Amino acid sequence: MTRFLRENAALVAVAIAGIALLIGLPLVLDLYTLLQVTLYVIYAILALSLAFIWGYGGILCFGHSVFFGLGAYGYAVSVINMGDSTLPFLIAIALPAVLAAALGYFMFYARISDVYVGVITLTVTLIFYNVVNSTAGPQYHIGEALLGGFNGMPNVPSLNIPFQPDNTLEPAGMFVLCMALLLIVYFGLHILLRTRFGRVLVAVRENEQRVEFLGYDSRLHKLIAFSIGGAIAGLAGCLFTAWGNFVSPTAFSVVQSAQIIIWLMVGGAGTLLGPVIGAVAISWLTVQIGTQQTVNANVVLGGILLVFVLLVPKGVAPMVTERLVPWFVSLRRPAASPRNVAGESKA
Amino acid sequence: MLEVEDVYAGYGRIPVLSGIDFTVAEHEVVGVLGHNGMGKTTLLKTLIGQVPVTSGKIRFGDTDISNTSSFRRARAGLGYVPQGRAIFPNLTAYENLRMGFIEDGIHSEDAAVKDVLARFPRLDSIIDRLGGALSGGEQQILALARCLCGRPKLLLLDEPTEGIQPSIVEEILEILIGLHRHQGLAIIVVEQNLDFIRRLSDRVLLIEKGTITGEVSPEALGETQELGGYVAAG
Repeated sequence: MTRFLRENAALVAVAIAGIALLIGLPLVLDLYTLLQVTLYVIYAILALSLAFIWGYGGILCFGHSVFFGLGAYGYAVSVINMGDSTLPFLIAIALPAVLAAALGYFMFYARISDVYVGVITLTVTLIFYNVVNSTAGPQYHIGEALLGGFNGMPNVPSLNIPFQPDNTLEPAGMFVLCMALLLIVYFGLHILLRTRFGRVLVAVRENEQRVEFLGYDSRLHKLIAFSIGGAIAGLAGCLFTAWGNFVSPTAFSVVQSAQIIIWLMVGGAGTLLGPVIGAVAISWLTVQIGTQQTVNANVVLGGILLVFVLLVPKGVAPMVTERLVPWFVSLRRPAASPRNVAGESKA
Repeated sequence: MLEVEDVYAGYGRIPVLSGIDFTVAEHEVVGVLGHNGMGKTTLLKTLIGQVPVTSGKIRFGDTDISNTSSFRRARAGLGYVPQGRAIFPNLTAYENLRMGFIEDGIHSEDAAVKDVLARFPRLDSIIDRLGGALSGGEQQILALARCLCGRPKLLLLDEPTEGIQPSIVEEILEILIGLHRHQGLAIIVVEQNLDFIRRLSDRVLLIEKGTITGEVSPEALGETQELGGYVAAG
């Protein structure tokens, strides 16, 4: 037990902090702040989805918002038609996973290079964005759900307790659910990365050819990772729609995709905690900048990205673990005094 | 065990192998000798599936593997230790070894790694070090050990002594001779170190401009006059 705690000290600390926030924040925050924090948590789940496929699988998906948007619209359309959110919640996860699997199959099994994978995913996002954007007329509907084109879909029902459509989640309940799902995704990915599949996935990122020489199908590993990433992004999309009771084509936008990449670059793409920190910090900063009129938010975000690319290329989390922690430890270690050194040499 | 029949292969439109023909019997060690740029490495890359066969056939056991992907060839029993070792630098030596294990439903990963570690005592002291932090010789031993974790039937070795200190070359040689004699492991070794190839091989193929041009016995490798066209001077 002690050995487990020692080897997983950071994970245990994250678990304790996460559970403390899950229980504590609804008690101390006002409604507006709690709603904002819930949104940050949803973004953190979205960031984790790309962290898994890019940071660990080495698949740079420039159009990751396609899975987020599909989850968001999948939930909206199905919950409007069904009323109860239980099945729509699952559809919102399954739909992007299926799209990711189909897209990944053609990309990875055709041995398309990394750059083209980025271009293809970006193109797919743009197609979805333009198609959904041009569905404004009343003729564009799926069942009872009007797609609404660039106006988006308002009045999307909130999540309810499974199979109880009348028991919808209040803001505090929504926060607890989102936070619990963030912890499940975070620790779930940690566990997955410690399995044989996770080890091979990281090795594929390092060198795909080497992995194949050792008897592993790198294409299959990438496909599975891509589908898992798509499913998690879809989960975030579902929560986003349920949180705001609204979804618009901006969920598919290139700006949304770029934002996810920025969260990862700031937090550290090769970690799981970094993207969570990046998503929360950048989202909070965007909101804060938006409350004043002096500086344009995009200029500030662009500046931050430049600073990180040039000065902290690995992101915040790796910098803390690789540089600040060892430096702090060295500060706390007492330096040997001249007398002690003399004593030691005598001995 | 392995039949290579009139194989042509190359990079894009550039042909490198032109009608390669040879066989490797069970438990046999075949050396391949030739100057730089004659197609030795391409031959091994073609056998493992990294370079596509444009015509001809490669049969491994009873199966035609000419168009089979690399990972399937590895699972079928072809073990490849490439030039430059190809260690995962960010994984520890132990994790590198675990990566080499191929699941077959019979052997366990721990047992396979333990069994290989028993043959490579040098790895004990560096087992927790990152692959990238090891010396060239240690990396070569690790690459060989990692490959053996997959229990190959035929081992493909590309210049295993390149840039390695003599004491480790000797260690690698003894391990390979032991594996061949006691386990009957078949090996194809591409090498420019005459002493190494002479002591390890049952027979030696000479390769020139992508074609097997002759075969000599290991004993004949002492006659440098005959081999002048196949090995680097000095």
